[in-house]
Amino acid sequence: MFVLIVGGGKVGLNVARSLTLLHHDFVVVEQRRSRYDILHHELEDHLRFGDGTELWVLEAAGIGKADLVVAVTGDDEDNVVIAQLAKHEYGVPKVVARVNDPRNQQTFDLLDVDATVCASSLVVSLIQHELPVHQFVPLLSLKREDLEIAEIEVSEDSPAAYLPVAEIALPPGVLIGAILREGVAVPPGGEVELRPGDQLLCLLPRRTERSLLSSLLPERRPQDVQSETYIDTGAGARG
Amino acid sequence: MHVIIAGCGRVGSGMAMDLVHEGHDVAVIDEDPRSFTLLGEGFPGQRILGHAIDWSILRSAGIEGTDAFAAATDGDNTNVVCALIAVRAFEVPCAVARVYDPRRAEVFARMGIRTVCPTDETTAMMLEAVRACPLPSEGA
Repeated sequence: MFVLIVGGGKVGLNVARSLTLLHHDFVVVEQRRSRYDILHHELEDHLRFGDGTELWVLEAAGIGKADLVVAVTGDDEDNVVIAQLAKHEYGVPKVVARVNDPRNQQTFDLLDVDATVCASSLVVSLIQHELPVHQFVPLLSLKREDLEIAEIEVSEDSPAAYLPVAEIALPPGVLIGAILREGVAVPPGGEVELRPGDQLLCLLPRRTERSLLSSLLPERRPQDVQSETYIDTGAGARG
Repeated sequence: MHVIIAGCGRVGSGMAMDLVHEGHDVAVIDEDPRSFTLLGEGFPGQRILGHAIDWSILRSAGIEGTDAFAAATDGDNTNVVCALIAVRAFEVPCAVARVYDPRRAEVFARMGIRTVCPTDETTAMMLEAVRACPLPSEGA
């Protein structure tokens, strides 16, 4: 597989390192001269200098034969343009882009980028995961499958607490994939009784209304309202 | 008509002042508050401080239902992206973007936005001017 990486920052460099380990061919494009000089020691022949939103730079870097383009510059407009050029001008089968500002996520979605990664949203998800007040934490959004993986914590006041899995009325399309209990993943057999503190890894259609999850979540408490906004922004990684 | 202009530099401010003079509603977006001084005192249109690819900024400039959108910030990619948002997300009937890079201008013109390429225009005008120079034999 040949991968074209545009943007040689920390993300681009680490993608390049991973591809080396996986024995894939790649080229990194970097437009800052000082960064280029640093990268050159490590990447040597796999590095090109230039503005990766210019067509001739992309062509010289081999976009015509790329199986995958990874747009990971620090600039969302540049990443959008790279993704558009790759898809529509060069017919690259798969494009992955970095979203620097989560407010721009909707632009990437609008313009049909295959997969996006947003570090800020990911950090927000991880914070929610660590804070006990957030009982619904979106972890990963799978765009093509239109599914979301989320974590739901069973609290003392949850309607599902002390019920066996088989007796929980889940809305259509919602599945419990695993129960995380005291650091161990327990298979969600029908007879397993849920306990407060259990974390349920659930698979659900994207943008599932919170009200549909009333069999799992307690009635909304005031401190949850603030977290509500985050539910829509979704998880940091979208595939 | 209602027109939104992204970028309040020489081109954006010039367009804005001409359009209000003709009696149109104009909203100008720029992320640098100092840029609005180019509009002069008493500019009757809206000055919106923010980044033109931010959907909430576009909404506060009245993008829902606007008649035209023009992007003349100093970044080709910003211009292309905000014009694409105007057309695809808000169904603005006409979006124009200034794109200095001729090849990018051509590619994005095929994606539903109007692009104006100053580089092509300047090249043509410079060539015309050079060709109009008198040949040495004529001068002699």
